[in-house]
Amino acid sequence: MSDFSKDGYMNMELLRFTTAGSVDDGKSTLIGRLLYDSKQIFEDQLEAIEQRSQQRGFEHVDLSLLTDGLKAEREQGITIDVAYRYFATPKRKFIIADTPGHIQYTRNMVTGASTANVALILVDARKGVLEQTIRHSFIASLLQIPHLIICINKMDLVEYSEAAFNKVVEEFRHVSSKLDIKDVHFLPISALKGDNVVDKSQNMPWYQGATLMYLLENIHISSDENHIDCRFPVQYVIRPQQTEYHDYRGYAGRIVSGIYKPGDKVKILPSGESAVIKTVELFGENIEEAYAPMSVTMTLDRDVDISRGDMIVRENNAPNMEQEFDVMICWMNANKLQLGGKYAIRHTIKDARCVIKDIRYKIDINTLHRNENDKEIGMNDIARINIKTTVPLYFDSYRKNRYTGSVILIDEGTNETVAAGMIV
Amino acid sequence: MILYHLNHLRELEAEAIYVIREAASQFERPAMLFSGGKDSIVMTHLARKAFYPARIPFPLLHIDTGHNFPETLTFRDKMVEEIGARLEVRYVQDSIDKGRAREEKGPNASRNVLQTITLLDALEELKIDAAMGGARRDEEKARAKERFFSHRDEFGQWDPKNQRPELWMLLNGRKHIGEHFRVFPLSNWTEMDVWMYIQLENIPIPEIYFTHERDVVDRDGMLLAYSEYITLKDTEKVEKKVVRFRTIGDMTCTGAVESPASSLSEIIDEIAASRTTERGTRQDDKRSETAMEDRKKAGYF
Ligand SMILES: Nc1nc2c(ncn2[C@@H]2O[C@H](COP(=O)(O)OP(=O)(O)OP(=O)(O)O)[C@@H](O)[C@H]2O)c(=O)[nH]1
Ligand SMILES: [Mg+2]
Repeated sequence: MSDFSKDGYMNMELLRFTTAGSVDDGKSTLIGRLLYDSKQIFEDQLEAIEQRSQQRGFEHVDLSLLTDGLKAEREQGITIDVAYRYFATPKRKFIIADTPGHIQYTRNMVTGASTANVALILVDARKGVLEQTIRHSFIASLLQIPHLIICINKMDLVEYSEAAFNKVVEEFRHVSSKLDIKDVHFLPISALKGDNVVDKSQNMPWYQGATLMYLLENIHISSDENHIDCRFPVQYVIRPQQTEYHDYRGYAGRIVSGIYKPGDKVKILPSGESAVIKTVELFGENIEEAYAPMSVTMTLDRDVDISRGDMIVRENNAPNMEQEFDVMICWMNANKLQLGGKYAIRHTIKDARCVIKDIRYKIDINTLHRNENDKEIGMNDIARINIKTTVPLYFDSYRKNRYTGSVILIDEGTNETVAAGMIV
Repeated sequence: MILYHLNHLRELEAEAIYVIREAASQFERPAMLFSGGKDSIVMTHLARKAFYPARIPFPLLHIDTGHNFPETLTFRDKMVEEIGARLEVRYVQDSIDKGRAREEKGPNASRNVLQTITLLDALEELKIDAAMGGARRDEEKARAKERFFSHRDEFGQWDPKNQRPELWMLLNGRKHIGEHFRVFPLSNWTEMDVWMYIQLENIPIPEIYFTHERDVVDRDGMLLAYSEYITLKDTEKVEKKVVRFRTIGDMTCTGAVESPASSLSEIIDEIAASRTTERGTRQDDKRSETAMEDRKKAGYF
């Protein structure tokens, strides 16, 4: 933390990014390199991994050990579950989710990707685009991660050749033309040797673009929040059992999107009743204008019946309120999806149940085609389904709103989260 | 100046409050673990913010090893009194007396591992189905793998290879009878974030975080506070040093750092320049490479 400044620290933006790509493409090594070259590794951490690498007889320090923290991961040399790492430069604070490439653990990749602003997709320059590369890129586009950085890694093993780089870029463009991706960058790197990670490579004079660190520090993310559609799911109703606050009723929650201020006319779902916001506050302090992703407490000008799971919105901008809709799902469980089966469903902070009415199609990961005849949805499959819920949900399409457009399905027997769903 | 953009500390605050409110809503009998350290102090502060002007709607639970810094206990009692919280204390000594736990022997003996037994017994006795803890992912490599809502089986065990995916901010706290959850609202905070937030919000902390003179024992490069709980080895001697603590745990395993920092601002400068992690001051993590993972699997914080 050499260039540390206290004032700077109070004004930093938070950028969440995730790694993706096939097994052994170098994701964990890249995160280790990023931390190492930006001097974010502490002496005791470095000592521990140096020792460990020596014991194993490696000729270099294995930087992937910085994130592969579980015993089983170190033994097998792979990542099993997401590891979160943190670092800050004078410009930004970063939350990294280092995710597994192994197909068996795809659900953990989805976990890391669901909150990311940026995804780093790694490709081994020798192997090119593989099935897992396509699956992860497809998931990244489904999850609407706003920015993708395609890191073509292990350039040291292809003699830093421009042709090798261009070949992979071509392959990836072929795949991405079928995907919905807004912003994509290509970068030739060596995670092991450090080329173009924090420092510009001396081995690839043909590459004139930015380093990875430069991109991470400068990608424009402030427009990623939705400040237009007001969505406030009521998480908790505050009713103090203290005489001085006898009539106080506060509606606590986290603003999903939009801007709320005192005097705003609002509508409560599902009752449809109207009210005016009296205060937006936190810990007794009034907030003039509150916006996503703030956690606040609101009070209203009149007594309305509001309970957990209700939503406070603006009068002329309401979400859909329906019980039957289509969802794109990533299935994450060894037990297959049951057509006609019933599952618990969670949407914002609301719990309900649902029945699977139809399986519309399954995505063929190699061709990215829709297969309408294959209705077997198992672990790691991606499909479009139609569901009916026990009560109406107040939702937007995922494309419009990441947080009112997402659901999870839960197996009522095992209580496991079995699917990530994006409302179409 | 970017309009309508939260800075990262406020974003972390909002996230933690969301998680605390979710724990209070999804579970029947949540509790917040309180150790007297800065993380649990910050977490308690966030809980106050989450439910204000109401009181914190769940009890604080302190697992008392009997080897606390006296300053921690004084601080704890004063804080609880001031904020009007409910405090439950369960003692490792009771578990030992009942024969549930056996005291470690030798100069490195610590009650750190024994806490797990007392904790699991307390959760069962008080029927607590969600225990919020101040652990952060940046502390340690096994903690880096934690979810916000982390499932524990009926034996209190963690299965790190088989965790539920945690998508967006949709937290799944469903469980079978006898199982419980650990909830970590500060998951995404770093040590620096915690200190900056303490300064930003003016949160009181125990005075042993600031510089003071103290009798210490240098054990394998770690400065342990000398107390009746420490058995000296032949080669060791007690020395007076000017120190402060970066973390507060058990007296037997928390190392002090030599430091003249007497204000939050000086502490922050010191941490910014530091080349070691705060866990480097913890003897309990140095026992083996997977010490934390092993303890966590068995039900540790
Ligand atoms: N030569 C060379 N080897 C690399 C490079 N990057 C990674 N490796 C090696 O590739 C192997 C796999 O690296 P990891 O970082 O563990 O791969 P990963 O993508 O995290 O793998 P999973 O998380 O299991 O999917 C290790 O032996 C690395 O040392 C590189 O740029 N050049
Ligand atoms: Mg990895």
